Amino acid sequence: MIALLLRDLRLAVRAGGGFGLAIAFFLIVVTLVPLGVGPASGLLEEIAPGILWIAALLASLLSLDRIFALDFDDGSLDLLATAPLPLEGLVAIKALAHWITTGLALSLAALLLAPLLALPASAYLWLLLSLLLGTPALSMIGAFGAALTVGLRRGGLLLSLLVLPFYVPVLILGAETVRRGAQGLDPTTPLLLLAALSCGTIALLPFASAAVLRINLR
Amino acid sequence: MDLKVSDLSVARGGRTLLETVGFRVAAGRALALRGPNGIGKTSLLRVLAGLQPPRTGRVDPGPDAIAYAAHADGIKPSLTVAENLRFWARVFGGPDISTALEAYALAPLASRPAAYLSAGQKRRLGLARLLVTNRPVWVLDEPTVSLDRDAVALFAESVRQHLSQGGLAVIATHVDLGLDAETLDITPFRPARPRIDPGFDEAFA
Repeated sequence: MIALLLRDLRLAVRAGGGFGLAIAFFLIVVTLVPLGVGPASGLLEEIAPGILWIAALLASLLSLDRIFALDFDDGSLDLLATAPLPLEGLVAIKALAHWITTGLALSLAALLLAPLLALPASAYLWLLLSLLLGTPALSMIGAFGAALTVGLRRGGLLLSLLVLPFYVPVLILGAETVRRGAQGLDPTTPLLLLAALSCGTIALLPFASAAVLRINLR
Repeated sequence: MDLKVSDLSVARGGRTLLETVGFRVAAGRALALRGPNGIGKTSLLRVLAGLQPPRTGRVDPGPDAIAYAAHADGIKPSLTVAENLRFWARVFGGPDISTALEAYALAPLASRPAAYLSAGQKRRLGLARLLVTNRPVWVLDEPTVSLDRDAVALFAESVRQHLSQGGLAVIATHVDLGLDAETLDITPFRPARPRIDPGFDEAFA
């Protein structure tokens, strides 16, 4: 399993792996918002939590179709399915690799971008925490969507349509955490709910994804 | 260990391709599967490898004893030859990769990214993977595609070595490998009338 994690991370960093892609997309989207909205800092401050979370969500969506599609195309997925490695573990490891290359990296990048959107300093900690606790759910749900669409040509768009509705609770709770942090309210309730969502998806979705993969590999 | 296949029926896309397939391969022996295109060789091999459930019948031993190699070699272009092979060795808990590199004359290419390999070299790398899986039953689907004559000889030698160590192999091929292999033509296992299953076994049919 560790071998698989290391391989996926190595593939992500090597040429064409798409590691920088999600981060660069995140940086650009967040940079574009102040340019489009204008310099009214009161407005920016108000929408900053939502913008940061939506951008993180879209950036994580961008690399989802790579989770299984590349391995499916070159036959690795067939071979991994015959390997002495439970398919559930494979899904979990691949989602973990996706999280490390997108969720974890986005969480750290968000801290750099927060000042650009005039987010109050009191919310920085909550921004980091909410992204760290919320993005695992994005990767797990995304891996499930990727497993559903793995055999399809040009499944990327369908994948987005399938996955985005399931991202809604994560978005609501994540943005709410940051908003409360920015307004000086207590953000623990949405933060804990967010953590619960991540734990729930980590516990359940590997099994669902593995079942779907088995069907799609037939 | 023997490979026993009994009363197997194989379906693809809801259509039964083969019925009542049964054969037995003893340890140290190889079986060559023959049959025209589309008869169901690949589907049969995928059932043996456990990638696809059989409609009926059983395969003994199960997928955990089987190393499968198909048309796609599962090679990552951005990893080097050695990295690709080492990954599979670690996943399967197999031996050191140096023997496998030697057996397919890949040692000089070990540090080359797989993206720069020719089709034949990629295939050799895909076959070298079998040597690091530590599994007794090889299930191979057209293993000699894009191999030149020397590489086919390397492959035949590697299979011979595997058999001499008590392993066995089921190979779908139309090339004579010069192995002392039994041949099984699977054409007679085609169902007399085409059978469409009413069941729904595809995720996106």
